[in-house]
Amino acid sequence: MADQEITLMKGNEAIAHAAIRCGCDGYFGYPITPQSEVLETLAEQKPWETTGMVVLQAESETSSINMVYGGAGCGKKVMTSSSSPGISLMQEGLSYMAGCEIPCLVVNVSRGGPGLGTIQPSQADYFQSCKGGGHGDYHLIVLAPSSVQETADFVDLAFELAFKYRNPAMILSDGVIGQMMEKVVLPPFKPRRTEEQILKECPWAATGRPKTRKPNVITSLELDPAKMEEINIRIQKKYAEIQEKEVRFEEYMLEDAEYAICAFGSAARIAKKAIEDARKEGIKVGLLRPITLWPFPYKEIDKLSNKVKGILSLEINAGQMVEDIRLAVNGRIPVNHYGRLGGIIPAPDEVVAELKKMMK
Amino acid sequence: MDIKEIIQPENLVYQKPELLNDTPMHYCPGCSHGVVHKLISEVIADMGMADKTVGVSPVGCAVFAYKYIDIDWEEAAHGRAPALATAIKRLWPDRMVFTYQGDGDLACIGTAETIHALNRGENITIIFINNAIYGMTGGQMAPTTLLGMKTATCPYGRDPKLHGYPLKIADIAAQLEGTCYVTRQSVHTVAAINKAKKAIRKAFEYNMAGKGSCLVEMVSTCNSGWKLSPVKANKWMEENMFPFYHIGDLKDINQ
Repeated sequence: MADQEITLMKGNEAIAHAAIRCGCDGYFGYPITPQSEVLETLAEQKPWETTGMVVLQAESETSSINMVYGGAGCGKKVMTSSSSPGISLMQEGLSYMAGCEIPCLVVNVSRGGPGLGTIQPSQADYFQSCKGGGHGDYHLIVLAPSSVQETADFVDLAFELAFKYRNPAMILSDGVIGQMMEKVVLPPFKPRRTEEQILKECPWAATGRPKTRKPNVITSLELDPAKMEEINIRIQKKYAEIQEKEVRFEEYMLEDAEYAICAFGSAARIAKKAIEDARKEGIKVGLLRPITLWPFPYKEIDKLSNKVKGILSLEINAGQMVEDIRLAVNGRIPVNHYGRLGGIIPAPDEVVAELKKMMK
Repeated sequence: MDIKEIIQPENLVYQKPELLNDTPMHYCPGCSHGVVHKLISEVIADMGMADKTVGVSPVGCAVFAYKYIDIDWEEAAHGRAPALATAIKRLWPDRMVFTYQGDGDLACIGTAETIHALNRGENITIIFINNAIYGMTGGQMAPTTLLGMKTATCPYGRDPKLHGYPLKIADIAAQLEGTCYVTRQSVHTVAAINKAKKAIRKAFEYNMAGKGSCLVEMVSTCNSGWKLSPVKANKWMEENMFPFYHIGDLKDINQ
């Protein structure tokens, strides 16, 4: 595929192609619906013959994330993908990697839960993605694409952020974005970093110790409480910096809006259609779409709450992001939630009806 | 003859391995870990591979292995070391990669990672310390605990009706197509230590030659957990562990 060529593909396939193109060193995964096309596409593309990227099907999601852990700790650009139940199994590894401060990319093409739930789309992993998920005080950097194009673009961006802050990054996709086919321009090819580049850019990595330096140890363990607190404070400072610098969001038709919808990922696509329909009926409504779910655009929503009369949080879940919106709004205006569960996707007319309820 | 005349390089019969640093070890006196650490340090240095070696340490007594051997390390979650090692070796194929794991880590919570890494024929070595007990958490039953053996969680002795049977990981490993060398060694005598060192070297060399996965089990003592003196623990191991965990090579593709 030549650069800039427009092609039609699924979100999951776009992840695989974007990974190869952005110079990813290794992918470790395990099949699960609705994300299996990521591993399948990589297996079909055979990047080990072209870029030298390692692709390995692990024995479980637990193993995939720990392979990612191993790869990240030795300075490589490594990733995995899964869907909700598999991501639950990965929480141990994610917590360890956050604690070790090593970069990686995890893609969650989320489905409905709890438990085995359903293979249909859902956004019910917002809490798990944004509030830690595993044990300990940590955050993932979470990007939520709402198109196949964004899915492809966010692979490189997620790696960049992960390496910049030495922290795991997540792309929180869902069964809609992962499975639907759309036009996409794949990112240009970037060569994998050479051994010299890795050693220079990742002086902390466990790659074999030359006599010129002390051993590099990738660990999250420290039994001295004073030192452990120091490490935690340092990590929290890093999170504060990420919150300060890396918030990303999109505004849509908010200029004259009297009401706002907040939605991310696939729900934001539905919101845009609902906004068009509502405006035909004279309802002045716009959209604020968080692109980074963590760091969350608290300040922007705070500002928005001084402008509009109410915010509707549209989520394909029982109401998760709405808690963060309410935190930002701090009781100033009404904040409602609308969502469908069990794999049912809300229709735009349902959203318009919810808006009207809020306006009463 | 003056003592100073005796202290000459040509008279050197023993020295601390250069890769073993001066950090005081937290291991109990009489424990096998220290000896195995020494052997690994010697083999890496003998092979001239210090700058090309990455170790993966476990959760358990050897969680701080990285504090004692001056090489690069990654510290894995409980049982996951072979998954980390798999990725490290595949991403840096010219590196020498090994895991260091106890029986709780390897034979229990990490059984899946162990079996599958070995079965894929990853060019890594797993050093497996089998002392039939969970040492660090205070002497609980392990999958490798012998029948009748008393631990904190089987205080009346391991009963197969309640707890199942001890697991022979090396025997399983030897059956896997991906393994090239599986051996069971110990470090309780000078002769055993010499054999164990040769086994580690062979395993590392097979990995670097791309022959496949290696498992070096060290049948070990846990005198604190077993509540025996170091000398008695060695004797107990010979009398009780060796008849069940037979010492020697279980598989060597070059033999």
